[in-house]
Amino acid sequence: MEETVPPSSSPIASLLPDELEAPPLSLGQLTWRRFRRHKMAIFGVVTLVFMVFYAFGGMLFFSEADANHTETGARLQPPSAEHPFGTDTIGRDILARTIYGGQISIMIGLTAMLVELFIGVSIGSLAGFFGGKVDSFLMRFTEAVLVIPQIFLLLVMAKYFAQSIPNIEMLGRTFSGSVVVIIFVIGITTWPYLARIVRSSFLSMKENDFVLAARATGASTRDIILRHILPNSIAPIIVAGTLSVAAAITLEAYISFLGMGVRPPTATWGNMLEGAYNYIDTAWWLWFFPGMLIALIVLAINFIGDGLRDALDPHSRAV
Amino acid sequence: MDFETHWIPTAGPFETIMNNNLLLDVDNLSTRFHIAEGTVYAVNGVSFTLNECESLAVVGESGCGKSVTMLSLMGLIPIPPGEIASGQAHYRGRDLLKLSENELEHLRGKEIAMIFQDPMTALNPVLSIERQLREPLRVHLGMDENASRNRAIELLELVGIPDAPSRIKAYPHQFSGGMRQRAMIAMALSCTPTLLIADEPTTALDVTIQAQITELVKRLRDELGMAIIWITHDLGVVAGLAERVLVMYSGFIVEEAPVENIYEDPRHPYTQALLAALPRIDRRRHDRLKSIPGAPPNLLIEPKGCPFAARCELVIERCRHENPKLELVAPRHSIACWMDVNTGKPR
Repeated sequence: MEETVPPSSSPIASLLPDELEAPPLSLGQLTWRRFRRHKMAIFGVVTLVFMVFYAFGGMLFFSEADANHTETGARLQPPSAEHPFGTDTIGRDILARTIYGGQISIMIGLTAMLVELFIGVSIGSLAGFFGGKVDSFLMRFTEAVLVIPQIFLLLVMAKYFAQSIPNIEMLGRTFSGSVVVIIFVIGITTWPYLARIVRSSFLSMKENDFVLAARATGASTRDIILRHILPNSIAPIIVAGTLSVAAAITLEAYISFLGMGVRPPTATWGNMLEGAYNYIDTAWWLWFFPGMLIALIVLAINFIGDGLRDALDPHSRAV
Repeated sequence: MDFETHWIPTAGPFETIMNNNLLLDVDNLSTRFHIAEGTVYAVNGVSFTLNECESLAVVGESGCGKSVTMLSLMGLIPIPPGEIASGQAHYRGRDLLKLSENELEHLRGKEIAMIFQDPMTALNPVLSIERQLREPLRVHLGMDENASRNRAIELLELVGIPDAPSRIKAYPHQFSGGMRQRAMIAMALSCTPTLLIADEPTTALDVTIQAQITELVKRLRDELGMAIIWITHDLGVVAGLAERVLVMYSGFIVEEAPVENIYEDPRHPYTQALLAALPRIDRRRHDRLKSIPGAPPNLLIEPKGCPFAARCELVIERCRHENPKLELVAPRHSIACWMDVNTGKPR
């Protein structure tokens, strides 16, 4: 297979081997080299790994029944050997609830990001690539979504949709249908920021010579958008996507805290805070553990986002 | 699988040059751009033909419409603001200007390929050379993973990049300018096009690499038997490469002639002025190069009269009102000028 080129064509002013540089590093390798220098980002990764391990590894020690088991005789107990994180207002073990709540919170963060990415990237890239009327229409629509206060929209939509979705079974667990509502609601209220980032990236990328060159090789519009321009815009998308996981977890905590989010008995870190509000002074363990976990994961993800922003910066020459 | 058979044609240079089949027939092509400041008359009634396996050079200064002409033919002019105001361009019997976007996509890269001026920007910086080389193979020839990988390596070897199997994984920024232009050429040749449009492919390279690239394209042309349109503003590059030359000025073709005639017997005042501006090894060292006085006409004003009139030494009253048509003045040699440059009198 190697020797398929006819001998006649080989000695065309070939380059000398010493003109060649060191073996190529892929973009991923370069990014990793820069990322690992970012100490806070590495701290973020380690913390995040621990938290994922905590939320999913904890399943081995506690069943979901433990997490939802009420024992009114043992309500509001402070941390003890039997209940390391204490118990809540109706006697449920807080440690078990932070484990199962963590799964939901992390899952909401990730899936809401996917919804956001899908809508934001689609609208942003179409608007940026086609420009003109398409751009005007999509961007006016984006702005229309943007001018509605997000929390207000979240609360209204959460309340409106909450009743309409039944419980669902997934991964061997039964979720309150409100989980899906929250994911959906967070996804469709956060995409405008991403759409604007993607649009601006596409606006500048499409003017590049390599887009014209790609068209000259017969690439279709779809290929140009997906295979040629999108990979060039991937850095800001990754960064925005990472940060939006943290934002989604915070938003979920926020609406759950206000009682419009995920319905009990399904636990999330956010709705565990809801019941804690009345016991701020008297039962600190009710809000301390879920609150710390939320703060930690958001911090960790934001550090990772920062690290990625630096590592993916095309202007960075550091290797 | 044997890849050679379907992409290295058997015809050698002599057979191909004898071949006089008409490949491209452009007639009265006009391209305009409607911008905020008005209308840019970029290409004004350009007509020319190209035979199969022929090499044609298009020369002229920056902004004379060379590139826009070629981009119009490829259907790569953004519309709007661009507009193909008139013309036909028959390529193997089909009018390129009337093809749908879909039909054009099938033609571009497969039958008509293009290489661009600046290899630094014409390659996608985030895709590996391999991925970019394999793209047209996948799109046009429907090659699978394995076949396209092997072919891509072959192509890189063909354009003289050593150690192709490992270099192919590199990204454009890891290639030097000359290597990138080679990679661009490999990409353009991947589907063995019948027509290669080279838009100043050596302008961004230094002189040594220029010579290598020119040599490479010439060699590949003879090996693969394709027609070439070579756009350049460097008359020096043209000499060894083309059989026929079109001289463009301000969106018009002002002279068309076999390459020897352009150097030995230029008949248009603009071509003469261009040649006078070239440094020559047989001229005295301290002589200053002659420059053409004035500036090219503003393309925003609809051309009336001869576009070169304002800068022409032989200008007569008629030049300012009436634009001369391209007329035959010798065998295969035509100019668009009212004057005879040799006598200085009207023809």
